[in-house]
Amino acid sequence: MDLRELYQEVILDHGKHPRNHRFPEPHNREGRGYNPLCGDKITLRLQLDGDKITDVGFIGQGCAISQASCSTMTEAIKGKTLPEVQALFSKFHTMVTSDEGADDLDALGKLAVFAGVREFPMRVKCATLGWHTLNQALDDESGEATTE
Amino acid sequence: MTEASPIAAASPAAFDVQRVREDFPALHQDVHGKPLVYLDSAATSLKPQSVIDAVTEVYARDCSNIHRAVHLLSQRATARFEESREKVRAFVNAAKKSEVVFTRGTTEAINLVAHSWGRAHLREGDEVLVTELEHHSNIVPWQILCQQTGATLVVVPMTDRGEVLREAFEEQLTERTRFVAMAHVSNALGSVLPVAELIALAHDRGAVVLLDGAQAMSHVDVDVQALDCDFYAFSGHKLYGPTGIGALYGKEQLLEGMPPYQGGGDMIRSVTFEETLYNELPYKFEAGTPNIAGAIGLGAAIDYFASFDMQAVHAHENAVLRYATDALEAVPGVRLVGTAPGKVAVLSFLMDAAHPHDIGTIVDSEGVAIRTGHHCAQPVMEHFDIAATARASLGIYNTTDDIDALVGALRKVQELFG
Repeated sequence: MDLRELYQEVILDHGKHPRNHRFPEPHNREGRGYNPLCGDKITLRLQLDGDKITDVGFIGQGCAISQASCSTMTEAIKGKTLPEVQALFSKFHTMVTSDEGADDLDALGKLAVFAGVREFPMRVKCATLGWHTLNQALDDESGEATTE
Repeated sequence: MTEASPIAAASPAAFDVQRVREDFPALHQDVHGKPLVYLDSAATSLKPQSVIDAVTEVYARDCSNIHRAVHLLSQRATARFEESREKVRAFVNAAKKSEVVFTRGTTEAINLVAHSWGRAHLREGDEVLVTELEHHSNIVPWQILCQQTGATLVVVPMTDRGEVLREAFEEQLTERTRFVAMAHVSNALGSVLPVAELIALAHDRGAVVLLDGAQAMSHVDVDVQALDCDFYAFSGHKLYGPTGIGALYGKEQLLEGMPPYQGGGDMIRSVTFEETLYNELPYKFEAGTPNIAGAIGLGAAIDYFASFDMQAVHAHENAVLRYATDALEAVPGVRLVGTAPGKVAVLSFLMDAAHPHDIGTIVDSEGVAIRTGHHCAQPVMEHFDIAATARASLGIYNTTDDIDALVGALRKVQELFG
């Protein structure tokens, strides 16, 4: 078990300096994620135009893994369609929970830095918190009411 | 190893921590290729070989149900089970064996009182007093009870050092206070509450008092008669005993007046469809087949722990705590959370460089086991406006070497996150 596998430079950098760490305006979807085990919190807002995510941002508190994962996720999904985003999440989830995703690392781009998480089962929830928050935002029709 | 440490020099004959360490098989293993450094005894303590052997022997030799059969195995198991009850009684200095009810642990003991005493006695307008530093298990049962009865939950605030002061307690105590539930020792911060004084104040107002002793039993002397508490709840697994067993001490007069907590076998004297007569104390509160091996293991844990000079044990742990406090304060970017004078066995801390969860993973890779999170005390975290802390906690077997290993591991955190 090598810690550098888990804490790669990209993760440390995004953990310290999360990208898209702001709420986009306008936005029409919001999701709130909370991990009761460790207290990590994420609020994610995005603008969905048709089936495309045209802007996304988040404010959160938590460990380097949860915040870096959400940060890299926002970079990866901006400009993508819903089917593309779901395919990405599915590959990401497989990568952090099993060895089967190893062939697909290229398709994940920068997100592949989280491959080391699967050696740390206690941290999988940290790595997927942002993605679950995203799913919640996309499921939340009432999110449209928050357009300001 | 310890020849160089101030601990061994301070108490050379009274307490030999290296010999103690030999008694705990779990200490002698490598994790992630490094020798285990166990600093999570506030979550659960490790078990000495004598406890492991006692539990094994129940299943290997005396395996049977208790209080039932006439055969020899059952006689032996029953005798040992009841001997354990006597050991608990003696250890907490209860007046009578019948005042000791075996439970699954502290949580069940508190729930028993909330359910049985609480539902029978609380009315709308009554107040239940807890403190801000309680573990969730000494908050939620009272919240549920208040919802059911219309009583009000009142919280005694703590100071920024993690103390519950007499003045703050008195301020919340009113003629409506019927019940006080408070920790003897805080699990998240290590603060020791001035319980004897607070109990006297509560009794002056006619309130009944329960102490949550989960964190106290292995770190401070517990004498329920001297404290004059009405109930005292604790777990075996934080006292070097097995998980799934604990006890509730209750004053006889109170227990006698309480309805049963659960119905079932062993808690009855006779049953017809028209009427059931309940068993005498403590069996009225012990429905169903209990954790027989656990109770006997708890008895073995008390035998083990009580074999030491308690003052020497406390002195040893406090010396390691002082060493650890100084060592952590010397690490740049580390801040201790919970600095109550006289606190015991717990070091909750934060680091500028990294989140507690990341600290936990990194020190684990160095073989150091600590706890990270809110420690089931979210109101405490809220007080300090944080989501979590890293927590190192001490047991009888910890040494200053363990603290040096922790500090070394924290330097790894700084290297990585620097």
